[in-house]
Formats: sequence, C-alpha cells, structure tokens
Amino acid sequence: MAGAATAALEAHQLVKRYGEREALKGVDLTVDPGELVAVIGPNGAGKTTLLSILAGIVEPDGGEVSSPNGEVGWVPQQAALYRRLTVEENLLLFARLERHGDPRGSVEEMLELTDLRERRNEIVARLSGGNQQRINIAIGLLARPVVLLLDEPSVGLDPRQRARLWGFVAALAERGTTVIFSTHDIQEAERYGQRVLVLADGESLFDGTSGQLREAVREAAPEAAGSDFETAFVTFLQHRGH
Amino acid sequence: MFLLLKDLQILRRSPLQAVLLVAYPVVIALLIGFAISREPGEPRVAFLNEIPPGARVAAAGSQLQPVGVDKRICGRVECVPVGSREAAEAKVRSGDVLAALILPADLVDRLNSLSTLNPETPEVQVIVNEEDPLKAQVVDDRIESLLGQANLLIAKQIAAEGGRYLDLVVNGGRFDVFGTPVEILGLRTAAKVLRGLRTAVPPAQRPALDRVVRFATLARDNLDVASPLIDRLAEPIVVDKKTVNAPTPPLEVFAIAVAAALTMTFVTLLLVAGSLALEREENTFPRLTRGLVSRSALLGEKVGLGIAAGLAVTLLMLAGVQIFVSLDWSRFGLWLVAILASGAALGSAGAALGATARDVRAVSLLAFMVSLPIALLSLVPSGAVGASVYDAIRVVTAVFPFKPALQAMTAALDANGGGIGGPLLHLGILIVAYGLLARLALRRFSAV
Repeated sequence: MAGAATAALEAHQLVKRYGEREALKGVDLTVDPGELVAVIGPNGAGKTTLLSILAGIVEPDGGEVSSPNGEVGWVPQQAALYRRLTVEENLLLFARLERHGDPRGSVEEMLELTDLRERRNEIVARLSGGNQQRINIAIGLLARPVVLLLDEPSVGLDPRQRARLWGFVAALAERGTTVIFSTHDIQEAERYGQRVLVLADGESLFDGTSGQLREAVREAAPEAAGSDFETAFVTFLQHRGH
Repeated sequence: MFLLLKDLQILRRSPLQAVLLVAYPVVIALLIGFAISREPGEPRVAFLNEIPPGARVAAAGSQLQPVGVDKRICGRVECVPVGSREAAEAKVRSGDVLAALILPADLVDRLNSLSTLNPETPEVQVIVNEEDPLKAQVVDDRIESLLGQANLLIAKQIAAEGGRYLDLVVNGGRFDVFGTPVEILGLRTAAKVLRGLRTAVPPAQRPALDRVVRFATLARDNLDVASPLIDRLAEPIVVDKKTVNAPTPPLEVFAIAVAAALTMTFVTLLLVAGSLALEREENTFPRLTRGLVSRSALLGEKVGLGIAAGLAVTLLMLAGVQIFVSLDWSRFGLWLVAILASGAALGSAGAALGATARDVRAVSLLAFMVSLPIALLSLVPSGAVGASVYDAIRVVTAVFPFKPALQAMTAALDANGGGIGGPLLHLGILIVAYGLLARLALRRFSAV
C-alpha cells in the first residue's frame, strides 16, 4: 500500500447501500502517483460502484474520497461518445466543455496520443470498438487528470485491440498518470496491474501485488500454489468464503 | 452553447430524421388545417331524370313555375348524368358515385294528385352503397338534406300560389280555368259595388245589404292577414342566431393555429425528448453531468433546442400557409411571443417525457401516443359530449401544453382570437411544472 503523504488518491471506509444490499462495506484504497492498480472480483463484487464513487458519479453512504493533487478522470465501461460526430468533433466538444484555453491544441495532443490523427474526420460510429475505446479514454484525459479511472476498458475488444489499449494505458502511467482500472480478466490484472485490489460482495479481501496474492494463496491453499493466476485467484476467493 | 451546436450537428448528420422531423409535422399540420378550414366537397351523385319534358306541377287549377329540378339538385351535388337505372346502379356499386338519384316519370303526376281527392305519395328513388357505417351516415345525411330542401322548395311554391289565389279572392283579377280566362270580382270590389247599390235598394232591405257589405269588408280584412300566414307555413321556423361569446376568429385562422400548435407539439416534444434520451443511450449523460454541465443547464439546453427548432419550423409553416390564406403580419411580435412560450412549455414537457422514458424508441412512441389523443381531445367543442365527459377532457387537456399553445397561437394570429395573457400564464405554469418533473426524473436517468 502506498504512503499517504504522496498519495494521488485516497479513499477511506467507503460504504454504499442499494436498498437492503450493501454494495461496498468499508473499503479503503490509497494510490500513489503513476501507479497502475487493477480492481478485480466476481460479478457484483462492487468494482463499478467503487470506481463510480472515486469518480464522483455516485455519492457514498459513508466514508470519503480525496485527490489532493488534482483532477480525477473517468472513463466509463461503455464508450461515452456521440457516435454521429467525428473523432475530432467529439474531442473538441469535450475540450470546450472542459474550458480549455486552447481546445484545438488539446484535440491535436489527444489525436497524437491516441494515434488517430488520420481518422480525425471519421464518424465515430464507423470506428472499431478498440478505436472508440481509445477516444473514450482520450476524452477522459482531456481534463489532464492526475488519476484516471477505467471501468473494464477492454470489454468487447479482440486480443489485438486489447494489446494496443494496454500499451496506450501503460504509456500514460509511464508519463506519471495514476491509473485505476477494473477488469474481469485476471490474467490482464496480473500482467498490467502493479497492484491488485480484490473485492468480493463489497468487501476488500486483498490489496497488494500479484506476487503477494500468489503468496497469500500458497499459505491459504498449498494445493493451488503451482496453478495459473486465475485458478489461484478462484481458490483464494473460495478460501475466503466467496 | 456548445451542446446546442453539437445537437444541431447530430441533427444535420441524420438528414432523413431531420427531414422527417420538419416535413412530417408540417404536412400533417397543413392537411389537418386545411381539412377543417374547407367546406366539405360536393358529393358525386349519379342523376337520372325520367320526368317527361314540359311536365308542370299544378296547384289550385294553375301550373307552377317549372321546378328546374336538374339545375337545383345539381347545384348542391356534383351530378353525374346517367342514361338508365342499370347505369346508375353500376356507378354506385363501383364507388364512382356516393349515390344515385332517380326522378321517376310519374313524379309530377303524383305531385299533382296531392290537390285531388285521390292523392298519391310522390317518391324519388335513391340507390346507395352503404359499405361502411361512416359512409352510410354521410349518405343518409346528404339525402335527408337534399329531400328537405326539395320539399321546402315545393312547399314555398304551393304557398306562393295559394297566396296569389287568396289575393285574387280579396282584390279580384283574371283567372284561367282550363284555358278560359275568368274575371274574378274580389271582395274589395264586391263591397264597393254593394255600397254603390245601397241607395237603389228599398229601405226595408238595406239592413240586409249592410250585413253583406260588412261581411265582405271583414272577410277582405281577415284574408289580407291570412296571406302572410300561408307564406309562413312553407317555412314556419326561421333561425335567429345570437352568439354569447366574444367574436371568434375566421375558421381558416383557427385552422392555421391548429396546424401551428400541432407542428410545434411534434417537433419540440419529439426533438427534446429524443435528444435527452440520446444522451443516455450514448452514455454521455454521466460524463457531461460529472462537473462539465449541471443537470439543470443540460435540461435548459434541450428545451432551448426544442424552442429553436419549433420556432424555425412554425415560421416556415406560417410562411407556407401565406400562399393560401392572408395572414396579419403586423401581429408578428405576438406570433413570436406565442411560439416561444408554447415551445418552452412543449420543450419542458418533452424533457420530462425524455427523462422519464429514457429510451429513444420508447420516447418516440410515447410522444406520439400522448400528443395525438391530447391534440384531438383539445379540439372537442363544448356541447359535443356530455358535461361530465367534457369536464374530464378539460382537465386532461389543461395539463398538457397543446391547448394553451393553440389558444395562444389563435390569439396571436387574430384580434378576435381572445386574450393572449391567459394562455401565456397557463403555459408559464406548465413550463415550471414540467421543468421540475424533468429535473426530478433526471435523478434516476442514468440508472439501468
């Protein structure tokens, strides 16, 4: 876990209830600048709820969130774009809404970053899912956030598109942007996440590196120690009663 | 501002949608407007006249003026002359004509028999094709109206002839009996002659002569009164219409107001509701309202889009209507006020609809399902339905902006269209109410 003094984002004892159901049960999270954190867990674990609260989309019923160093960018699971506008028109609209001093300059920067300069005049609806997701992320970056939240960014992408997406995300982190992403793909979390936060039924079960998670599995279930990361993860959940 | 431009850009990118959104309401509105502003067209009726040429209706021993049946009937319907009953029936069966009217050869004889001891009922024959209840009702109404007019015409001619005969009895004159002219003395002259003979009559017989003179004078005076009475018998009741409300605008102005209100309803409601629902469908609503735009500002932008589109399309429609009907362009300022207020109220209603239904397809369907019946109900006049039903209609139509928009447009278009203040206040209340409803509905807008 990162030190509080240098944290890019801190969340303490987050609680969220939907009627009788508790979606989050006192979750803590502290993330350092430039860190890549994967949030994993089974369906209904509370991953999207956690990211929505961190993004400010959903109000928590308890706990608090702070990002002392600046803006938190958010990229929803489904691309939030106007499909009948071009790539450039989408970026320009959100740059203007972000009240950038030089919106056209920001658009050029994002087109460069997403490698979509040559497709700037294409209608978004005609782009592949992977390219739409890149624009989706680029819009999230327009506010120049210190923390970027990605909610299951690789859903619906083919392996090639996924590889390009993660290359793009890794490059962001290298430039100092803190990235927190949720995913169902355990191998993806192991490969790209420097840290892994495991949620199940709204509880935080584990917060550490993938290596530390394997260690925890070996201690709890020695029979699963030699298996792949996904099997180890499932075994870990079973041993924790989920 | 940027959002408004974005919505216009999206609209421009969907030319079919844009054309439909503009053309469909304008076409529908114009059709409805002109349908209610025009008199019903003359129905086509196959006409067979079997009456021998030169036949005349006789009354009191004389012959009436030729009735001119062909001319009179064909002035009220579009006559399609046919040569036989079979041809008439074939035309009705094929739907080429609404009905066939046959005047049988013995019609005049039967009419003439009415003044004899052996009267027969004159009959005209009608062939109809009542293939559906609505057509049957139309045909029945038309025939009833035509026969009523024909009966009235004959009754008037008989009454006129009776009056002429009575005048002959009172004032005297010449009268043809089987072609032989007969001199009628008349009561007036008879009394004068008798008074002249009084001095030549022995005194003992004068009282009897005086009684005859008095009778002739009394009969003359009373029969003078009878003549207008006979005239009135032909048309005993006449209509004296008194309007209890303020002067109303001409029908064509009302039709234009209906067309304008319908245009605004469809354009504004559909555009605002659909555009708001699209923000959810494109998943952009949470992104926008996460600090970029407040929910109220987003609603304001959508309503503004609706007002702008409603204003443009309605003015376009009014300019088009100018081809057919002359409009009072000096009232343009009032038009703008009415259109802007109506657009704002309809836009707010559209925002509430879009925020509640959330799905673009559901919103479009709902917009039509709500607008059409409300618009039709708003056109139901008082007295056309029962009092309690009309009260219910008034309540239902009052909670939707169509009726006040129609009233505001009518008032704006014509000086006789009533005051504009009431409808504007009504629209203002609806703007606030629907605005609040939309704002509340946006709380659960993003929820699945």
